[in-house]
Amino acid sequence: MFPPIPNPSVAPDMAKPRFGEKDIMRRSASDVTPPAQRLTEVAKLIDVSKCIGCKACQSACLEWNQLHEEVGFNHGVYENPMDLTENTFTLMRFTEWENPETENLEWLIRKDGCMHCEDPGCLKACPAPGAIVQYSNGIVDFQHENCIGCGYCIKGCPFNIPRISRMDHTAYKCTLCSDRIAVGQGPACQKACPTQAIVFGTKDEMKDWAAHRITDLKSRGYDNAGLYDPQGVGGTHVMYVLQHADRPHLYAGLPDDPHISPLVQTWDGISKYVGLAMMGFAAAAGFLHYVVAGPNRVSEEDEENAEKLTEGKPVPPDRPPSEEGRP
Amino acid sequence: MSVHEPNSVPEDVEPGDAVKPGRPVQVTRYTAPARFNHWITAVSLVLLAISGMALYTPKLFFLTGLFGGGQWTRTIHPWIGVVLFISFAGLFVRFWKANLPVREDGTWLARIVDVLRGHEEKLPEVGKYNAGQKFVFWSMSGLILVLITSGIVIWDQYFAFLTTIEQKRIAILAHASAAVFAICVWIIHVYAAIWVKGTIGAMTRGKVTGGWAWRHHRKWLRELVHKKPATPAE
Repeated sequence: MFPPIPNPSVAPDMAKPRFGEKDIMRRSASDVTPPAQRLTEVAKLIDVSKCIGCKACQSACLEWNQLHEEVGFNHGVYENPMDLTENTFTLMRFTEWENPETENLEWLIRKDGCMHCEDPGCLKACPAPGAIVQYSNGIVDFQHENCIGCGYCIKGCPFNIPRISRMDHTAYKCTLCSDRIAVGQGPACQKACPTQAIVFGTKDEMKDWAAHRITDLKSRGYDNAGLYDPQGVGGTHVMYVLQHADRPHLYAGLPDDPHISPLVQTWDGISKYVGLAMMGFAAAAGFLHYVVAGPNRVSEEDEENAEKLTEGKPVPPDRPPSEEGRP
Repeated sequence: MSVHEPNSVPEDVEPGDAVKPGRPVQVTRYTAPARFNHWITAVSLVLLAISGMALYTPKLFFLTGLFGGGQWTRTIHPWIGVVLFISFAGLFVRFWKANLPVREDGTWLARIVDVLRGHEEKLPEVGKYNAGQKFVFWSMSGLILVLITSGIVIWDQYFAFLTTIEQKRIAILAHASAAVFAICVWIIHVYAAIWVKGTIGAMTRGKVTGGWAWRHHRKWLRELVHKKPATPAE
């Protein structure tokens, strides 16, 4: 058993947040100087093999974040609601999979939600300064007062996580309970989990614990058990222990090799410089042309010719659209 | 060159185009409804460029202040886009015929250096629009079509359900690229109007002088002079 996180002290100095503004490592649409000293990276480890699908985490998430999901419908499946929403930051996704090797029916239950990527696509795609921040402990958080509701984070995310609220038109997702972690507690979902399928600690502790769990799974015949900490996004601060780590897509479409879409990288990166350069060049070319060539003015002669033309007097003949007149 | 049959109106002569003899000669180039149509298009394009650039690069995000902040900019930008699309469609219907390519456009483009030097005596006589103006017209038509299409794809508030995330990613790139090109075309359009003196009057009052028409659109001027004089009933 992983040692549970003790209840926090009630001493007043312990209630002070342990990280904040000064620990912001990345800020959307802004240049920040990363803090000289990085906080110890934290991580949540979700052990799919231990999950019983009770959804206590889902309820705890709603409760702690004071969210209310709409009363939905029974669609004949276990997912409820059917997808993440602006209120459901975490969702149990159920997959029934028949293992062709053992002919066993495996019930793969994955707790979906923000992965808190080390290289966050949402933050890179976001055009609103400060709407998304990444703390040096690895938590990626949305700052609603800066969010403009454009939904670019949804396009930037390799995991399809953020959702825009129809109430306040800002984007929502799992905060990794940054408010709880700041005062030394674990995330609400972790606290509620009855089987320790969710554990929380430093990223190193979680990797060690995962290694221990993987050894155990392998001894039980899950030869491909492994840790899901995808390097395509620089690793994540929410990791999974999967029985079939060679096939993450089995788990309700968990991406096998997630990375920020090259389209997002292009529009966020080079296209802005090229675009601004093109517009700047067009304006500069106009200015230079005016300086060098001078204005194109109508002459007295032009006016006289027009007058002659309207009065039916002889004017210079038509210039044919041929090569004539070429110097 | 062109044969002026008394009853045939050349394609580049638009309704309302007329010559008023005098000193100087006055030429009506745009009717009041056409100018009004153009003003709506111009104002919406400028507002779209400002609000779009604000979301395009963080360096210009402060421009969202002009629209009441980021949320308002995000809300209002697509609606201005709808206004622009409808308004430009009006311009398209008015101007497409006179912007069809003709023989002298090729020569005009081949002599683009003379155009830039202002050596119009070396260019073929052109109708109501020269090849440069036609380029502005057709490229804006194409770009606005790309912009409205990709814009609807990324207008999540109403149309998020229509497309996949991957399609939206493509749409954002297409939207930004088309916008950059449209702004460049707009810069060319505005610069040309500043460079060629006497042009702004066409946009504001709808009139140019005979000398202006003689210098820049001589074929069109000749066509107007030879046209059967317009009667009020026409």
